[in-house]
Amino acid sequence: MKYYLEWPEPDPTNLPPPAQDIEPWGETRVVGKPLPRVDAYERVSGTALYTLDMALPDMLHGAILRCPHAHARVTRLDTGRAQAMPGVRAVITAATPGAAIPWYFRGQGPTSMLFDEHCRYAGDEVAAVAAETPHQAILAARAIDVEYEVLPFVQDDAVALTPEAPAIHEGGNILGQETSGRGDVEAGFAGADVVLEQTYHTPCEIHTPMETFVTIARWDGNRLTVWDSNQGVFGIQANLARALRLPLTSVRVICNYMGGGFGSKLGLSKYTVIAALLARTTARPVKIALTREESFICVGNRAANTIKLKAGVKRDGTLTALDAVFLGSGGAYPAGATSTYLVQALYLCPNVRVEDNEVYTNAGPSRAFRAPGMPNCAWALEQMMDALATEIDMDPVEFRLKNIATFLQINDTPYTSIGLRECLSDGAKAFGWSEARARPRGRGHVRRGVGMAAGMWAYPGDPRATVIVKLFADGSVNLNMGASDIGTGTKTVMAMVVAEELGVPLDRIQIEHADTGTTQNAPSSGGSQTVLVSAPAVRAAAIEVKRQLLELAAAQLERPVEQLVFQDGEIMPADAPDQAVALADLRGLRGRQVIVGVGRRHPHPEGKIALPFAAQFAEVEVNILTGEVRVLRLVAAHDSGRVMNKLTYENQVFGGMAMGIGLGLTEERILDSRQTGKVVNANWHDYKIPTAKDVPIDQTCVPIDPHDTECNTTGAKGLGEPAHIPTAAAIANAVYHATGVRVTDAPITRGRMLSALAERRGE
Amino acid sequence: MRCWERPLIEIIRLSVNGDSHEIGVPSHYTLLETLRYVLGLTGSKQGCDKGDCGACTVLLDGLPTLSCILPVQEAIGRQVTTIEGLADPDGPHALQDALDLTGGAQCGFCTPGILMSAAALLNVNSSPTRQEIREALSGNLCRCTGYTKIYEAVELAARALREQRPPAEVLRS
Repeated sequence: MKYYLEWPEPDPTNLPPPAQDIEPWGETRVVGKPLPRVDAYERVSGTALYTLDMALPDMLHGAILRCPHAHARVTRLDTGRAQAMPGVRAVITAATPGAAIPWYFRGQGPTSMLFDEHCRYAGDEVAAVAAETPHQAILAARAIDVEYEVLPFVQDDAVALTPEAPAIHEGGNILGQETSGRGDVEAGFAGADVVLEQTYHTPCEIHTPMETFVTIARWDGNRLTVWDSNQGVFGIQANLARALRLPLTSVRVICNYMGGGFGSKLGLSKYTVIAALLARTTARPVKIALTREESFICVGNRAANTIKLKAGVKRDGTLTALDAVFLGSGGAYPAGATSTYLVQALYLCPNVRVEDNEVYTNAGPSRAFRAPGMPNCAWALEQMMDALATEIDMDPVEFRLKNIATFLQINDTPYTSIGLRECLSDGAKAFGWSEARARPRGRGHVRRGVGMAAGMWAYPGDPRATVIVKLFADGSVNLNMGASDIGTGTKTVMAMVVAEELGVPLDRIQIEHADTGTTQNAPSSGGSQTVLVSAPAVRAAAIEVKRQLLELAAAQLERPVEQLVFQDGEIMPADAPDQAVALADLRGLRGRQVIVGVGRRHPHPEGKIALPFAAQFAEVEVNILTGEVRVLRLVAAHDSGRVMNKLTYENQVFGGMAMGIGLGLTEERILDSRQTGKVVNANWHDYKIPTAKDVPIDQTCVPIDPHDTECNTTGAKGLGEPAHIPTAAAIANAVYHATGVRVTDAPITRGRMLSALAERRGE
Repeated sequence: MRCWERPLIEIIRLSVNGDSHEIGVPSHYTLLETLRYVLGLTGSKQGCDKGDCGACTVLLDGLPTLSCILPVQEAIGRQVTTIEGLADPDGPHALQDALDLTGGAQCGFCTPGILMSAAALLNVNSSPTRQEIREALSGNLCRCTGYTKIYEAVELAARALREQRPPAEVLRS
């Protein structure tokens, strides 16, 4: 189901046509190289300044009072005691003028308020404080006297669907029920030789970026500047302006270095608006940094899913039907919980039916989390594919190769390129799949096995990006782009695009980015779109600079532009390289001091869609006495188009897989659903993300480049999210191969592994 | 002195990166809070405030220490080394160069802590195995990289230090 942002998004159509006709790259000289980051020194020296590190003169610190009950109504609220505490400068509540801001939209209408007297999960915002120190603010927030009428709550998705469940919103708990598909599934099952049915479950995962959620707000008169750890300054700016009823130009959002987001920092958060309100009330800058515990509770998660999947296949490996019922809860507000996409799109299948159910529960709202819904869907689909392959006695790789869809079946759109076949075959080769599968699985208590899974990503990107490249008189360059670098290497890749086009060394390119006051609109760094949207815009801007340079050179060399070539920072007639003019010697450039090139991203190709594909392979060891699963090695073969920078590419893949190990083996938010309704493992001690000892020493990345000349002018497709989609499923399939036991509930903790083994033994 | 007998603000002397500081700190402050909010050394990161993530790791007399759960008084009379003190005037530490070259830093927020843990390892073990590197870094969480490039960086730096050559040169050879 749709992953809702907190605010309705404008319609991304009516894009202007491309300004230039840009040829695809052939061989590149800079792009694709394994170059260190342009800001590598800042990142390793401690000098990179994150929002959490920043302080402004006269700055106050904010803290938020959150509802301690899973479902309650505020019946009385008294701020008197808090206001009298030392260092306290402001306390704001729903009653504060300007704080009546609608929040959590469904369609065009809000479902709640910034501070809502109806609290729908343990963590909902009730009031906020600004004080001289963070400790004073936290103590004062605790001293606000609130009386709650405690209401019955529901946290089980299936129970929330029933009419007896307490209603979380007016009109009940069902947020959405949709059925879609194609063909006739019953006929498909009737024509199948083998039909399997299984219910899978995936856990609620928390993003937990290393830098917590933090904002600093400062007003100059009616102008607001916000330093905020986020994934896209323009989205935050637009929504902040709407919330505070300010023109865009009065809201400036800045985020240079940021310590990870994974989707949780895409949208505007309440704490950002609260900081702005506190700063306006006190006429002083206000910083709000959520605690690590808060980061587990109220700033998003990957919703748990229950997926019932039925599949039919013929003995020759032809899929005949897929029927899936999804159930998920994005928590207490409209947030998005499931994605049925892979079932509908990944494999060629004429008969598909998907039923998608989303329900409200009294838990923290979800947010987009690295490929929202997709690893969950892969967990079900890819285990089912594995089971079908076993049933018809076919190799799982061969089975998938037989069922590759060459077009997007959801809307009959052809792909600009599809490298899934190569991902499967080259990945299997790099892994040594056939040999590894044939190896003995062990007879003692430690069993070995291999498994694989495939995947694809669904979003072609929001193509609205404008970039400015400035060339100065000495030939050095300023790259001015709105895109955020959330750790993926955006700055580096974009500088490499400039270097490719203009022949300027990377250390002569200075970058200004992710600041709505000084850079141009670009989509958020989410949805695996940053490179494929912003890099073509950077390329267009650099080419525009080159065009202007050639015009200046044409005047100086007294030759028509068509006869001139630009090479290694020099301009020369194609037939007379000895007449080359260095940029610094171009009289026209000296006269102007600067050349400004504006570049826009071109629209998507008409009638086609550009999407990335992946196949991943895992080898695991299972201790059948302790239930411990260890991942021994991973191979990832990805068709994400052109590799822009080998280093950052591999980083995305290895990082995505590490997160997949978390989903497969360790990560799970636990709610105290019987008593308090609170998250009981809201810290990194009890919520286990993979450590250095949990990821395998042996990891390999196999890039597949189908040389896509249609997707965009760089040939690159998305990578960040596909890298995370198949991993957990590949691990689960390897566990099955090792033990003969299928663990359908993620994560495969030792307890679940042992229970599954005991169940097979008939205990 | 018991903690409740301490004054609200204490004047203490702290040695950080070879510089001696006489500073007034709220007596409930941790070493991390003192580094970040009194001395302005924000390179050591505040990830969890409870010793779970390792982003705050500094060296205390050469040993890796979680500064977010260390009362600042415990650091008095000892040598504190933070990420800001890892490089020397001649240039970055081999680990810093190596991490750049292998691409071991992504968002970079865990990086200072990882570098300090790795530096402590290399101080006592000049040629660690990958298993030993994993052990040494297992208290430092990273959500971006999957750790692989970090292992590679530590191995590269160890070799560079052993061979007394810059990491870039070792990588080329």
